[in-house]
Amino acid sequence: MTTAGPAAGHRADLEARVDALLAAHDPATTERQAFLDARYDAGLAWVHVPEGHGGLGLPRALQPVVDDRLGAAGAPDNDPRRNGIGLGMAAPTILAFGTPAQQERLLRPLWTGREIWCQLFSEPGAGSDLAAVATRAIPDGDRWRVTGQKVWTSSAHLADRALLLARTDPDAPKHRGLTYFALDMRQPGVEVRPLRQLTGEAEFNEVFLTDAVVDDADRLGDVGAGWQVANATLMSERVAIGSGAAREAGMLGVVADAWRTAPSGHRTADAHQRLLRLWVESEALRTTGMRLAQKLAAGAPGPEGSAMKLGFARLAQQLSSLEVELRGDDGLRYDDWTLRRPDQVDMTGRDTGYRYLRAKGNSIEGGTSEVLRNIIAERVLGLPSEHRVDKDVAWKDLPR
Amino acid sequence: MSATTGAGADLVLLPDDVEEDLRASLDRALAARCTPARVAAAYDGDESLAGELWTALVDLGLPALLVPEEHGGAGAGAREAAAVLDVLARHAAPVPYLSSAVVAATTLTALGAGGLLGDLAAGGTAALLVPATLHRADDVVPLVRHDDGTVSGSVRSVTGVAGGVPAGVLLVPVAGPDGADGADGADGAALVAVRPGDPGVDVAPVVSLDMTAPLADVRLDRAPATELPGDARAAVSAGLAAGAALGASALAGTATWALTTTVAYLQQRRQFGRVVGGYQALKHRLADLYAEVEQATATARYAAAALAADDPDLAVATAVAQSWCSEVAVHATEEAVQLHGGLGMTWEHPCHLHLKRARAGALVLGSPAAHRDDLATLVDLPPPHPDQGGSPSWT
Ligand SMILES: Cc1cc2nc3c(=O)[nH]c(=O)nc-3n(C[C@H](O)[C@H](O)[C@H](O)COP(=O)(O)OP(=O)(O)OC[C@H]3O[C@@H](n4cnc5c(N)ncnc54)[C@H](O)[C@@H]3O)c2cc1C
Repeated sequence: MTTAGPAAGHRADLEARVDALLAAHDPATTERQAFLDARYDAGLAWVHVPEGHGGLGLPRALQPVVDDRLGAAGAPDNDPRRNGIGLGMAAPTILAFGTPAQQERLLRPLWTGREIWCQLFSEPGAGSDLAAVATRAIPDGDRWRVTGQKVWTSSAHLADRALLLARTDPDAPKHRGLTYFALDMRQPGVEVRPLRQLTGEAEFNEVFLTDAVVDDADRLGDVGAGWQVANATLMSERVAIGSGAAREAGMLGVVADAWRTAPSGHRTADAHQRLLRLWVESEALRTTGMRLAQKLAAGAPGPEGSAMKLGFARLAQQLSSLEVELRGDDGLRYDDWTLRRPDQVDMTGRDTGYRYLRAKGNSIEGGTSEVLRNIIAERVLGLPSEHRVDKDVAWKDLPR
Repeated sequence: MSATTGAGADLVLLPDDVEEDLRASLDRALAARCTPARVAAAYDGDESLAGELWTALVDLGLPALLVPEEHGGAGAGAREAAAVLDVLARHAAPVPYLSSAVVAATTLTALGAGGLLGDLAAGGTAALLVPATLHRADDVVPLVRHDDGTVSGSVRSVTGVAGGVPAGVLLVPVAGPDGADGADGADGAALVAVRPGDPGVDVAPVVSLDMTAPLADVRLDRAPATELPGDARAAVSAGLAAGAALGASALAGTATWALTTTVAYLQQRRQFGRVVGGYQALKHRLADLYAEVEQATATARYAAAALAADDPDLAVATAVAQSWCSEVAVHATEEAVQLHGGLGMTWEHPCHLHLKRARAGALVLGSPAAHRDDLATLVDLPPPHPDQGGSPSWT
């Protein structure tokens, strides 16, 4: 039985559009970047985005129609894992807060992978308490001059642009003196230093901003409205980190395989029960992700995404820990401690020990599990917030 | 023997003055040298710290603790060795104390191998050639012994063999000469001593999850071997039992480090204008962790005391301590990483050194599940047998 109505109509229309794209740009003979540009211009990059910005204003759920058909035809994709922050966080933020001119300028190079993005939020003194950032942006004609230190910046060493949260009014209470910018990373005032991570590699960085310049035209949202913009980015980030995929995709698949191939001595009754519990939990999370995606199709992400990310981190950590035990003496070995600066996090391509260690970051990056619990308790469940001493005091007068 | 109430009730779990002095002097010796940056250097191939630390341990007489006095040792007890392991763990010290001064020394003592014990007491090192995850002599797969006195075979992931202080002697469990019966048992099983530098001995270091306890794969190809007379199976059993009983103290030390370091950090880290440790959600978690770590310390001390007294409850004590301390060490170090936030994910902060020690240490000398399996037998709680007993009746 096929679904009648508008969805079916969209599907047929989309398939026709894909076929037209493929007919005009044969993937076998078209250069990769040129194909991606053409796909963007055809509105088939992300179908839920408005026309003119690589989309068609259609429901997000229809994207697989395009992806599957293009995949089957051997077309290149835009290597989404290379630009996770750009696609998962910068794009929704620019779509929600950018001016038409900004959307025109920023979205195309973002989606086609010409520009890689990073997120300059956290600072040594402002992690969970993100609204405490001290990096200053000072007006200078029609530009801003930015000075400060950011930390834990994933992919800064690869990035062309950054989502920047900076303080523009130290006299206002901390949530009200912030402004949000799209910063050009390829300029003299930006210094990126590798920061090694417990896995051995330098996946994130310290970023020193010294009189870096950003045009006022690259400001996202109003002066002083940076906190609201940042919150939208964070919601998107949590959804991006938490959203699940197919059954036994990702970490569960790896661990299920470890069980299926483990020597019988490692297949203890204890490990078996743990594995089955985690299998059930993965499925619970997968179906929650499906529901969330369907809700999202109707509107912007809300705090519900926090629950998804919380569950995802817990599961990834328990699964990777179980895998260490299932591998027996292989669990005592590691593939490579060499200091490297990877292009992307590769959870399934590396070994057991790497997965175990890297998964520890899942409950820290993009908001810690503790902070997410507070958000769920206060914003979803409506429980009273903790006593706050920092809300109505000018940022410059806060104790540090 | 079945479990008895009040087992080991007379075992003392508090340290005496001698032990306190020992802890303090070792702590001083380590604090000066064993910095996190130098420990981490082992992950980049610089293992020079281990040699320096081992010399310091030898100066304090610590490798001799479990060696009997008649062989030049200190003839001290398991309790002191446990204290050493605990303090070494708190500094993530990359020395083969557990594998050499405990497992190998106990094995050699059970055999009465005087000469080799004298070497150990003087600061030499030895290692039992079995997989690092093994904790039962029954599970040893002996290597092949040839009629000409050489041995062949290979063992994966052995600890104490490679690293900054590699073993001077390998103690190798072997079967009878080319399958023939020997004098020491029906199958001629024995322990032989092999020198790592000899021809036919290939020690290949592997990249280890915990580089403070580096592993190696060892291949012997007609390597010259000297037979060590005595009951090999009983000796290996004693060595592994001592290792498991005392290894729990290392895990407890790791857990203690994680707890105290995290509490100290959360007492000074401020977010939202407050000291983060003041949030009740974190206070309660740390209080729970404190309870876990206290219990880990108690089980580890109980196992060490049971070993020292040769108490009949030793096997139960070891199964309890190993399974509990392994899980608490992993939990405590995972909490340390989490509660240090981004800092805990960095190479600079020592959290990761202890996380790796805990995760690997939980598998060394038997996983928690393996020790719970032992416990099931010891206290007569047999596992369910799906093929037994028929289906329940509904009538
Ligand atoms: C792998 C990785 C990648 C990252 N990538 C980026 C990036 O690309 N860009 C970027 O800007 N940032 C990035 N971060 C930073 C990340 O967002 C922060 O580390 C995180 O928000 C926590 O801040 P913090 O490290 O300062 O920890 P802190 O805020 O100091 O927290 C310390 C501990 O206290 C807890 N805590 C704090 N406040 C409360 C409270 N009110 N109630 C209960 N518990 C509390 C925290 O949960 C944590 O466990 C990354 C981090 C990691 C680990």
